[in-house]
Amino acid sequence: MTNQRFLLICLLPLLIFSLAFLALPLMRLFLASVEGASGWAVYLEIIQKPRYLSALMQTVLVSLAVTATALVISTTAGLFLARNRFAGRGVLLSILTLPLAFPGVVVGFLIILLGGRQGLVNQLTPGHVVFAYSTFGLFLGYLYFSIPRVLLTVMAATEKLDRELEEAARSLGASPFTVVRDVILPGLGPSLVAAGAIAFATAMGAFGTAFTLATNIDVLPMVIYTEFTLSANIAMASALSIVLGLVTWALLLIARSLSGTTVAAGG
Amino acid sequence: MRFSIIKVLQLAITLLACAFLLVPAIQSVLAGLTVNYFKGVSSGLTLKWLWKVWELYADSVFLSIWLALSCLVCTIIIGVPAAYALAKNPGWISRILEEFISLPLAVPGLALALALLQLYGTMQGFRTSWSFILVGHVLYTLPFMVRSVLAVLAAIDLKTLEEGAATLGAGSLRRFCDVVVPNAMPGILAGALTVVTLSIGEFNLTWMLHTPYLKTLPVGLADSYASMRLEIASAYTLIFFVMIVPLLTAMQWASNRAQRISA
Amino acid sequence: MTLSLKNASKTYPDGTRALLPSDLVIETGEIVSLLGPSGCGKTTLLRIIAGLEKPDEGTEVWFGSDNVTRLPVEKRNVGMVFQSYALFPNMSVRTNIAYGLKMQKRPRAEIDQRVEEVLTLCRLTPLANRAVTALSGGQRQRVALARAFAPRPRLLLLDEPLSALDAALRDSLRDELSDLLRRFGITAIFVTHDQNEAMAIADRVAVMSDGRIEQIGSPENLYRNAGSPFVARFVGNAMRLGKVEQGRTLSLEGGQLSLPDDGTGRAVYVRAEDVCIADDGQLSGRVESVTFLGTHYRIGLSGVTGTLLFSLHPGASAPKPGERVKLRIAPEALMLLTEDTAHP
Repeated sequence: MTNQRFLLICLLPLLIFSLAFLALPLMRLFLASVEGASGWAVYLEIIQKPRYLSALMQTVLVSLAVTATALVISTTAGLFLARNRFAGRGVLLSILTLPLAFPGVVVGFLIILLGGRQGLVNQLTPGHVVFAYSTFGLFLGYLYFSIPRVLLTVMAATEKLDRELEEAARSLGASPFTVVRDVILPGLGPSLVAAGAIAFATAMGAFGTAFTLATNIDVLPMVIYTEFTLSANIAMASALSIVLGLVTWALLLIARSLSGTTVAAGG
Repeated sequence: MRFSIIKVLQLAITLLACAFLLVPAIQSVLAGLTVNYFKGVSSGLTLKWLWKVWELYADSVFLSIWLALSCLVCTIIIGVPAAYALAKNPGWISRILEEFISLPLAVPGLALALALLQLYGTMQGFRTSWSFILVGHVLYTLPFMVRSVLAVLAAIDLKTLEEGAATLGAGSLRRFCDVVVPNAMPGILAGALTVVTLSIGEFNLTWMLHTPYLKTLPVGLADSYASMRLEIASAYTLIFFVMIVPLLTAMQWASNRAQRISA
Repeated sequence: MTLSLKNASKTYPDGTRALLPSDLVIETGEIVSLLGPSGCGKTTLLRIIAGLEKPDEGTEVWFGSDNVTRLPVEKRNVGMVFQSYALFPNMSVRTNIAYGLKMQKRPRAEIDQRVEEVLTLCRLTPLANRAVTALSGGQRQRVALARAFAPRPRLLLLDEPLSALDAALRDSLRDELSDLLRRFGITAIFVTHDQNEAMAIADRVAVMSDGRIEQIGSPENLYRNAGSPFVARFVGNAMRLGKVEQGRTLSLEGGQLSLPDDGTGRAVYVRAEDVCIADDGQLSGRVESVTFLGTHYRIGLSGVTGTLLFSLHPGASAPKPGERVKLRIAPEALMLLTEDTAHP
């Protein structure tokens, strides 16, 4: 058996599996999107019908807000944890990375425990503060699973930063704040963009959290779900899936070319 | 450690973020162990909710474990040889293939599930069997296995090690078993723990692919959140935490170890 | 077993000619070194012999009376020591050494016996159960050698076996390697860029440059009868004095030199140890630099040829920079070589 043939045999299971369960289904999905009553115009409908357009806008806005907030919080915490050694650091780090493997449904439930009708906030302040089912609840839920993803990316990048650059800046008389502004943040730049893209893509595609929380929030994944299951509008569900998939895929491609890492999407 | 205002601020934000992530999780654990959550912990602690969950949802726990292990076997069989082949031929074709099989990381699970349903939904025997869910899980976890192994293989001097084995008389298959697999072990281990952790927690794909008779743990969770009292939902979440947290810890340990090797 | 290469050549897909068609015959039990600067094709030649590199059409590799040109490396039964040693990090010293025998599907008892034998021969017995990652550079090198030798290969190939070691260790291990190879009594070919290494270990040295074998011979023969300016320069660092216009004299800036033979159109080379400082010398020059090297001085001289000429001066004291000195070069120390237009 020649070496080249052996390598082909090694690759064969992967080729068969991804052809049968990835390439062909995706092709089918694409065909399904244009086989509906409106044909190719289905993609036009997404921007023309207020229901889809507003869902799209809402999803983008929530995702943007989550991305910005997660970047601020996680960069602050990540820099702090990467640059300081103290008792309890490991515990804090574990807590901050714990939600990485929580499915979106669990995150949704945790937000209900925090801000639902019987939630903690509502119990502490009996002014009937219920936010779990609103856009703010959704925002908090997305933030919950975005913080660890951004944190890990930022910390990995911080470890790679040359400490001597900071020490050089300090030796030239820069204050700690100036060092952060002039040395650390520019150094982290590409990783921050990458982390942001990961957070944004994850939030765009998140289904479980919205599913658990949703009473009346129309985010894109929920619209796809209801189009498919309730309205049986398969062409529209497929078209929306393809648009969503293309957006998240493009974003993660950018993220990967900038930082070389991808933290699991999902949630 | 010198305390500057900046450091205090950083610490405060870090602690706030920790509280945000930890408080609801603790609440959930407490709620699962409290006799009556509305009256508070003062109503006493109990294991009866856990017992109740076990009666209602034990099947889903076992199904999830079974799925995760099957998924692990599949990703090893498909992923490890493929990673080796990709590492041996680092050209643009390999890059494109790697990018293609990584699509399930980027494309939302919902979209993938729709795609699978439309192509295979009419094949009744397949559609209603657990292997349909397995396909979804393998699809989603495979890129993690391939990349994890690939990273380790790219870091060791695979070419020379293999040439060494070849001059000693080892053919392709023997080299793969004796040299490639043992030296890729850290990557396989990290990949395996990631696969199991993600498979047990997978919801987005599974929710679309499951049938009423095949509920995985997260699907059962969603079901309990919608229809059970808060204590039962919390107790069920607690069971999930007990399973996932050690796995997550092991996964992070193994990934760090594999990364140190690749560095 | 006699190794013979006929018309061996290698062209890379991008058109680079790593090895021009070359012939080479190596007799049973001979230790041959392939010597040359990096990029001269010596490693390519070694890898063609091993079967790790696919040679161009027309190449023939014969092991004795077997044509092995189309045989893959794992069927050729050659032992190879790699530059980085390529020890399997997942196996102990013993398992590494036993691996080749295991591939030959020898019975268990025979494998154990042979491994013990090789361990003793290479003085590795105390390290037998260690992980290879826990060994020093010199120990790794011995394990690599033992592993290559254990399956009784037809031929032992070594690719820069000493280059991964520190300079201090290299000298002592060079003698040890030479000693071990002779005790193995096996045909061996090793690649090196270090002339001292080649001279110390090999029975015959093949000097290579630009994908060709320039000259092959015993170390003494190469040193004394260099066939080309490249060999003279690479083996023993000969310096070019100048080109002969006509007859048996060479005219230089620093005087006239009489030649042992008619040198018309040829270039004259000399080694630093043959340039002596002596009052009755026929050349004169000016001392530019003096470097003390322990057993002798290395003196740089200007005004003799167009560039600096070096002399190895064994005396107890040396002239000072700036002084003018007389130089003597014995006629038999001069090498008259024909310059290739490709190698000026």
